[in-house]
Amino acid sequence: MPGTLHVEIITAERVVYKDDVNMVIAPGSEGQLGILPRHAALMTTLGTGELRLKKGNDEVSMAVSGGYLEVLNNKVTVLADSAEHAEEIDLARAEEARKRAQERIKTRSSDIDLERALTSVHRAEVRIKVAQRRRRPPISQ
Amino acid sequence: MPSVRVIRRRIKSVQNTSKITQAMSSIAAIKMRKAQQRVLAARPYSDKIVEVLGALSARGADGLEGEGVHPLLEKRPTKKIQVVHITSDRGLCGGMNGNLNRQTGSYILHETHPVSVVTVGKKGRDFMVRFGRDVKAVFTDLGDAPRLLDTTPIAKVVSDDYTKGEVDEVYVAYTQFVNNLVQRPVLQKLLPIEPPKVAEGEKTKQVDFIFEPSTDDVFARLLPRYVDMQIYHAVLETIASEQSARMVAMRNASENAKDMITSLTLEMNKARQEQITKELLDITGGVSAMEG
Repeated sequence: MPGTLHVEIITAERVVYKDDVNMVIAPGSEGQLGILPRHAALMTTLGTGELRLKKGNDEVSMAVSGGYLEVLNNKVTVLADSAEHAEEIDLARAEEARKRAQERIKTRSSDIDLERALTSVHRAEVRIKVAQRRRRPPISQ
Repeated sequence: MPSVRVIRRRIKSVQNTSKITQAMSSIAAIKMRKAQQRVLAARPYSDKIVEVLGALSARGADGLEGEGVHPLLEKRPTKKIQVVHITSDRGLCGGMNGNLNRQTGSYILHETHPVSVVTVGKKGRDFMVRFGRDVKAVFTDLGDAPRLLDTTPIAKVVSDDYTKGEVDEVYVAYTQFVNNLVQRPVLQKLLPIEPPKVAEGEKTKQVDFIFEPSTDDVFARLLPRYVDMQIYHAVLETIASEQSARMVAMRNASENAKDMITSLTLEMNKARQEQITKELLDITGGVSAMEG
């Protein structure tokens, strides 16, 4: 087994995830980025997206939005505005949220903030994607 | 002396009250424990933010590319001040809200610049409204377990006022949870943000980070979060303080009720004895009258 990275995913309310993994794939604000052990020290802001953690043959997927990520001495710290395990996501509610946000964009009444509505659609889509991922069979290798 | 029946009724009522205070005290104890855990759970996040802000500002980041500084850092001559006044929604928690109200009240009285308030919690709102303060915004019913998202609107209101130049300094007044018995009212500066200083020794061992997109971008993203976090933290501390103050107040009330029941029982026994003596006297009086 190659080297490992220690990952901590922290939100304002709790520590969401804490473990050693082999690879982190994060939605950086400048694009997806993959982090392997012995990565150089890095500090970046995060966008909304799927955060994947590879550990052996397992893969954990999480929906994160906003925040920032730090890599230092094989330790990855994610400070997210929100982070949810796939198991925690209520698929029905996420679908509902997406529909609502899309509705808002379509009707486009004068007082809505288009950018915010678009972000909500994006966020809902990420949550749906992550929630569906757990329903697929595990990756065979 | 009141009759036995009246005293017995009093005892009953005190007993009922003490049942309520006992229940409130145990509930507050449980809630306090949870609130404390929540304060602790929020700590890693805020520690990290402070650490990163310190590291970034030591590197000369000011949140803006080129000239100038990020609006939340900008220092201006003080003309108007705003205070975020955080209290609980409910009473029966000892002097906690009263102490904080008094502190902020006297601060406003002694401050020469005009002060507006943003209140969180019904107790603070009622106080500020009663004394005719300039209340800019009111937040209530955050509940016992607010999430960060529940408190961000508070941070947004003050940050907006600050960036628009409506106020030049923002303070936050809340009750700090020291331990189960001590809660201290405090007043802390919130805006402009003074980036935490990194100790001289630590600066030297700092690693050369790659910043994406840039130091200033990362910094600018973190500053509003820092404000959110400070407010969130103050709210959590207030909740923990509220519960522990209530626990202590209700425990004292239960003890007072117990004392009261003891002395009332004594009084009742005395009254009963007196009544018996009186009846006996009446009987013996009657008997001796018949014999005579």
